[in-house]
Amino acid sequence: MDTVDQHTDSVSTGTAAVSVTVAEEAPPRRSRNETLYFAFRNRKLVIGLSVVTFFLMLAIVGPWLTDATPFEFGYPTGEPPSREYWLGTTAPGQDVFAQFVYGLRSSFVVGALAGCVAAAIGMTVGFVGGYRGGAVDEILSVLTNVVLVIPTLAVLIIVAAYLSVQSLLAEAVLIGVTSWPWAARAIRAQTFSLASRDFISVARLSGQTGWKIVAKEIAPNMSSYLFLVFILLFGGSVLIAATLDFLGLGPSQVMSLGLMLNNAVSGSALQLGMWWWFIPPGVGITAIVGGLYVMNVGLDEVFNPKLRET
Amino acid sequence: MLKLDDVTKVFKTGTFGGQEITAVSGVTFGIEPGEVVSLIGESGSGKTTVGRMILRLTRVTQGKITFDGQDVAGLGGRALHGYYSRVQGVFQDPFSSYNPVFKADRVLEMVRSNYLRGLSRAEWKTKLQTSLETVGLEPADVLGKYPHQLSGGQLQRVLISRALLLDIKILVADEIISMLDASTRIDVLNLLGDLKERGLGILFVTHDLSLGNYISDRTVILRRGLIVEMGRTEKVFGNPVHPYTKMLLASVPQMHTKWAAEAEPAGDLGHEDAADVSSAGDGALVEVERDHFARSQHNGNEGE
Amino acid sequence: MSLAVDNLRVYYRTLHGDCRALDGVTFTIADGEIMGLAGESGCGKSTLGKSLIRLDARMRHVEGTAQLDGTTLPIDDTKAMNAFRYREVSIIPQYAMSALNPIRKIGRMISELLGSRGVSYEDTLPELHRRLGLVGLDESVLDLYPIELSGGMKQRVVMVLSTLLDPSLLIADEITSALDVSTQKAVAEMLVEFRDRQFVKSMIVITHDLSILYQIADTILVMYAGKLVEKGSAADVTEDPKHPYTRLLIASLPEVGVRFDEQRLKGIAGRPPSLIDPPTGCRFRDRCPLAIEKCAEEPPFVEVAPGRFAACWRAGD
Repeated sequence: MDTVDQHTDSVSTGTAAVSVTVAEEAPPRRSRNETLYFAFRNRKLVIGLSVVTFFLMLAIVGPWLTDATPFEFGYPTGEPPSREYWLGTTAPGQDVFAQFVYGLRSSFVVGALAGCVAAAIGMTVGFVGGYRGGAVDEILSVLTNVVLVIPTLAVLIIVAAYLSVQSLLAEAVLIGVTSWPWAARAIRAQTFSLASRDFISVARLSGQTGWKIVAKEIAPNMSSYLFLVFILLFGGSVLIAATLDFLGLGPSQVMSLGLMLNNAVSGSALQLGMWWWFIPPGVGITAIVGGLYVMNVGLDEVFNPKLRET
Repeated sequence: MLKLDDVTKVFKTGTFGGQEITAVSGVTFGIEPGEVVSLIGESGSGKTTVGRMILRLTRVTQGKITFDGQDVAGLGGRALHGYYSRVQGVFQDPFSSYNPVFKADRVLEMVRSNYLRGLSRAEWKTKLQTSLETVGLEPADVLGKYPHQLSGGQLQRVLISRALLLDIKILVADEIISMLDASTRIDVLNLLGDLKERGLGILFVTHDLSLGNYISDRTVILRRGLIVEMGRTEKVFGNPVHPYTKMLLASVPQMHTKWAAEAEPAGDLGHEDAADVSSAGDGALVEVERDHFARSQHNGNEGE
Repeated sequence: MSLAVDNLRVYYRTLHGDCRALDGVTFTIADGEIMGLAGESGCGKSTLGKSLIRLDARMRHVEGTAQLDGTTLPIDDTKAMNAFRYREVSIIPQYAMSALNPIRKIGRMISELLGSRGVSYEDTLPELHRRLGLVGLDESVLDLYPIELSGGMKQRVVMVLSTLLDPSLLIADEITSALDVSTQKAVAEMLVEFRDRQFVKSMIVITHDLSILYQIADTILVMYAGKLVEKGSAADVTEDPKHPYTRLLIASLPEVGVRFDEQRLKGIAGRPPSLIDPPTGCRFRDRCPLAIEKCAEEPPFVEVAPGRFAACWRAGD
C-alpha cells in the first residue's frame, strides 16, 4: 500500500499542495466508493472472484442437489456423465457429482481453517518481531527461517503418515503450522517500516502501549495487505491439502478433491478412459487456487493505485 | 525544571551490534519554566536524539535526565504515563505524524481515552474548544477531517493543541516548522512565543539560526554530539566565540547583506577529518562571559 | 543564450479535473543571467522548471511556447525534447541527491548516463575530473557508492553531472533545501561559479528561500497560485517589493537579529486557492490586505517601473 512508501505520501511540496487544495469533500465515502469502483473495473479481480464464487456456491448448494453421498456404493459402475448421473460414476460405483461437491466443501473448509491458523501465527510472529526489534526480533527471525527452510511437504508427509490424520481440522492445523513463515517475514518487514513513522511516536507519547499500538495503529494501516496475505495462504493451503489427500495422507473418511484423484489413480481411471472421474477434481483444484491467485493480483492493483493500468 | 546532566547516547549498528556511533556526548543544560531553549545543529549533530531522549523514545546510554529532580530514565508504567502528562513533543513532518487511515482528530481522542477519561462529554468539548482556540484554530475547520484535507500548518497546530490538552510543563518542538511554507512558519513560531509567555518551557530543536534567534531565550549549539557554545541568545549570536558558531552565522543567507567573500571555503568539503578547521574541540566548556559558554579547542587554545 | 517563454500553460490531469498548475506565464532570460524563481509550495515553480525540459509524464501542455536562442523548444513533445535534454537544457531535479541509484558506483552511473546520450565516458573523463576538483571532490568519489557520500557531496556530484555537457540552460529545482546551512552556501556559490566559468550559460534557480536568491540571483521572479506576480532585479525585489504578496512574504521572514520580544512578525493568513477550480480575478485577492473591487478583474503582468514587473492594480502604492 502506498501509505507505507514514504516517497509517495506527499513529501514533494508540489504534489502536497495539489492534494491539499484538491480534497475538500469527505473522503471516507469517496475512498470506499473509489475502491469499489476500481474493484469492479479490474478484470483480474472480477474473473478470479467469479470463478471462486462459482465453486463456492457449488460447494454450498451442491450437496442439496443430489441425494447421493460420496462414499455410497451401489450405483452403476463406470458410467459416463448422463442426465441421471451428472458427472457419471466411479469404477466401484459411486456418484462422482456427490463426491465432487462434498469434496469442494472440504477443500474450502481446509483452506479457510489452515489459512486462519497460518495467518494468526504469521501475524503474531511478524508484528511482534517487527515492532519490538532487537533480541526478540532476532530470535523470531531465526525461528521463521528454520521453519521456512524445513522441506514442508516432506515433513507433512511424515507427520501425517505417523499421526494418521483423520479429521479436516487436524489436517488444517498441520498445514497452517507449516505454511506461515513467508507471511511472517512480509508482515515483519511492513511493520518494521511503519514502526519508525512519527505517528507511532505520537501514539507512544499519548500513553498507548505495545500491543495496543500494533493492533490499533499498525494493523489498520496494513489491512489491505493482510487481506491479500490471507487470500494467498488460503490458496496455498488448498493446494497443499489436495497434495496430501492425493498421497492418501489426508482424512480417509472425509471426501476431498485430492482423495478423488487418489481413488481415480488407483482405480486406473486414465487407462480406462474414465475422464469424468479425474478431470472434475483436477479442474476444481486448479480453478480455485488459480482463481484465488488471480484475485490477489487484481486486488493488489485495486489497493495500490500505482499498479493500476488506467 | 528539566535538566540534562552529562547525557551521552551511543548507537550500536552492524550485525549483532558490532560497531558504535556516538550521537550525543556529554550534553548538559536545562530548561526552566517560561523559557525557550533553542537546540541548534546541522544534520548529524544529535539534536533530534536529545529531543527523543527527553521524550523517552530513545534510551540514554550514560548520564541523567531529571524532571523536577526525578530521574526520567527509571520511569515505567504509571510513572511514565504521568511523565507524558507533563512533557510532550511535536515532530517535524506533520503528514507523517498522523495515521493516514484515520481522521486527524484521533490524535486528540487518544489523549482523551488515555488521560482524560474522567471528563464528561460537555467538559471534554469545552477543553477541546479552548485548546484549539489557543493554537488559533476553529474547531469546525479541523474536527472530522482526514489529515490530507488539512494543511501542514493546521496539522502542526492540532499537534500542539494535543500537547496542550494535558497540563504540560515542557514541550519538545523538533523542527516543527521546517516543512511548512514560509508564510505560515512565522505564525506557528509566534504561537510558541505566546505559549512561552504563559509559562511553558520549550525546547526548540532546529537547524535554522534565524528562527532560533527569533524565538529563544537561550541557545545551545551542537556539533556532532558535543555542545560547542551555549548561553543567552543575544550573547551567543551577538558575540560568537567558537569558530563553528562563527562559521554558521557567516553561512546564513541574509536578505540585506551579501555573504562575505572568504579565503577558505566553508562547509563540509569531503569526508570529515579530525583536524578540520571547525572541529568541535576536545576542551571543556569555558565561561566566556556571564551566561555564555564555549568549548575550548584542544592543545590549550582558548576559545576566545 | 536567451530564453523567451510566452503564455505557457501546463495542467495536470487529476480525477477531479485539470489542476491548473501553470496558468499563462511569460518572461525572458538573457544570456548569462541567473534567474531565481521563488514561491511557496503549490505555486507552480517546479512545474515551470519541469515543463521546460518535459520530464514529467503527468503534465499536459495546453498552450504557450518557449524559444531557446531563437529555436522553438518542443515542450509539448516528450520524444522530440530528447534531442535537447541534457545537451541544451539540463535539470537538477528536486530530491536528486536521494535519487542516486544505491547499487551503482558513481563512476558507473555517470558512464551509463553518458552512454545513453551517445557520449564516450573515456573521452569525457579528464573534463569530469577537472570539474570534480573544482567543486572540491576528489577523483576517488567515482569509485564510491552513494551511501558513502554525505548530502553535500551527493549534491555536488549531481551538479557536476547535470552540467557536464555544458548546457545553455540549467534548471536547478530546490537544490539547497535539504542541506545544512554551511553546505547550502557552498552549493549556492558553486552555481554562480558554474555560470562564471561558462559551464552553463543561464540558470533558473527554483527555491522557496528568498534569501538564497538575494545572494546569488541576478533577477527574481515570484510566483503565486500558477501565475507570475513580480519580477525584477534581486536587490529591487527584496528591498522594494511592488506586489503585496512579495511584501508580506518578505515581512514574514525572520532575519538573524530580529527577536520575538522586540518585534513580532506576521505571516499571511489563509491558504492559496485550489488550482482545480481557481477563482477569477487576482488569485491573491482573498488574502490581500490591499484588495479593492478592481481585483475581481485579473491584473496583467506589466512593467510598473523600469525593469520591474508586477501583476497588481495597486503595485507601487
